[in-house]
Amino acid sequence: MRKLPVYILLIVLSVIMLYPLLWLVGASFKTNEEIFSSIWFIPESFDFDAYRKGWETVTPYNMGHYFLNTFKIIVPKTVFAVVSSVLVAYGFARFDFPLKKLFFSLMIGSMIMPKIVTVIPEYLMWNSVGNGALLDTYLPLTLPSLFACEGMFVYILVQFFKGVPKEFDEASRIDGCDAVKTLVYILVPCIRPAVISIAVFTFLWTMNDFLTPLIMVPSVENYPLSLALRLSVDSTGQGYEQNKIIAMSVIGLIPSITVFALAQKKFVKGITAGGLSS
Amino acid sequence: MKRLKSYNNPVGVSKYTGLWLIMPFIVGFSLFTLYPFVSSFILGLTDYNMSSAPEFIGLDNYVSLLTDKKFLKASVVTLKYTAILVPVKLIVSLLVALLLNLELKGVGFFRTAFYIPSILGANLSVIIMWQFLFTSDGLVNQLLALAGVSPVSWYGNPSSALAIIILLRVWEFGSTMIIFLTALRDIPKEYYDASKVDGCGNVRAFFSITLPQLKNVIFINLVLQTISALQEFNAPYMITDGMPLHSTYTVGMLIYDEMFSYFNAGYANAVSWVLFMFITLVIALLYAVTRKARRDS
Repeated sequence: MRKLPVYILLIVLSVIMLYPLLWLVGASFKTNEEIFSSIWFIPESFDFDAYRKGWETVTPYNMGHYFLNTFKIIVPKTVFAVVSSVLVAYGFARFDFPLKKLFFSLMIGSMIMPKIVTVIPEYLMWNSVGNGALLDTYLPLTLPSLFACEGMFVYILVQFFKGVPKEFDEASRIDGCDAVKTLVYILVPCIRPAVISIAVFTFLWTMNDFLTPLIMVPSVENYPLSLALRLSVDSTGQGYEQNKIIAMSVIGLIPSITVFALAQKKFVKGITAGGLSS
Repeated sequence: MKRLKSYNNPVGVSKYTGLWLIMPFIVGFSLFTLYPFVSSFILGLTDYNMSSAPEFIGLDNYVSLLTDKKFLKASVVTLKYTAILVPVKLIVSLLVALLLNLELKGVGFFRTAFYIPSILGANLSVIIMWQFLFTSDGLVNQLLALAGVSPVSWYGNPSSALAIIILLRVWEFGSTMIIFLTALRDIPKEYYDASKVDGCGNVRAFFSITLPQLKNVIFINLVLQTISALQEFNAPYMITDGMPLHSTYTVGMLIYDEMFSYFNAGYANAVSWVLFMFITLVIALLYAVTRKARRDS
């Protein structure tokens, strides 16, 4: 019973952490009046009207359109990030080559590079190609992932590769596999938790990213979810149809929560085993 | 005589194989880090409105920075925000990680509950939710009313407006906590057993075993959190729009506005370079200051 106070503390803390999210979900079914008069998250009656209105958004397109846009960004980005990070980490973890130390330091150093510093010249770079025609595509958002641009991912993968005995590589080489085959058939299966973590992180970070699309996606038609949401907030403003905005926010959280729930176990294992502890 | 470096590779593997494998990184680094970095420096030395060609003006942008009231105010806000947020967030993360490291039932549930806000945290939905919580008749004021406290005008007052944003980021302490928790699990149990035999209390054990064992992780978390706090943009942009009286207007927002509202690309790049130099300086300082502590014991 000595631990009772600790449990009480942890339970209170969980309520503080989760109640705002519960409140948000509950509020999406409430009337505007009830949202600001009741602290209890369960609505008096379930009203799906906010969802019907929210789904239509304030633009000519509905939320389905913006979901599709978001996935057009997320799917290539995730595939690119996983493939390129695995290749680069494999190079760093298993091979010796000229200037290796320099490149590794540059990779670690690039992690501290503030996004806000590089994003403006990056925008000018994309804007200068074909008079800004590329800004109507998702290339400025997806293409950088093809080049292992997240130092953190490479670092985590290198730590995982180091945990796989080098004898595995030798054995596969004796059996006639080249470097790439060894990677695909022997090593990647061994570091699956890390690969899954990277895919999940890319997914979540892309869902959360606001600054990059804000700068790189000029047309409403191409907006991802986050920008469509912002547009609705800006154009509905305070004191009017709040439940609609809340319903849209709840819809906007569904992809992240689904992916997190599906990958939770492997994902937490990946980040915890992932080497920041070394 | 020139010494030939030998490369420690398996038989039959060329010293270039590794180089080929990391080629994506080399290309990506040049295009998306090095190039923007250099071009940002060069543009920072120009007057460039994005419609006519950049005109070289030397250090003029940097000189105007020194007297730009908006920039100075934004710097103070950003520093204040970072100086409050980072220590609070690290302490909360560490304390909760210590609690979760006790042998308790339901640790998995608590860990997930505390972690979820941090993975959703930067999501715009959550930022909108936060904005609603602190409106004049929002949930927070309703709760305060129950406790008999008169409603607070969160958005009307400079320090409470900044507090809303700090609270949001503290609420997202989960990922920092997970890093601490992992490191705590790695500390050998024998250390604590030995200290118990020697008659150490829990507090003493915390200061002479736990903290020294965690010093590298504390440093990593400190650096990561400082970097992200110094470039804060999303939350003040969406929640307070820098208001009231520019009390939540960060340097990140200033860079964005100079670039995309006033089209002062030269000036925007100069400010982002100052921010970059400042972040580098802070990390170097943190590194130097903590160096001795991290090496000892």
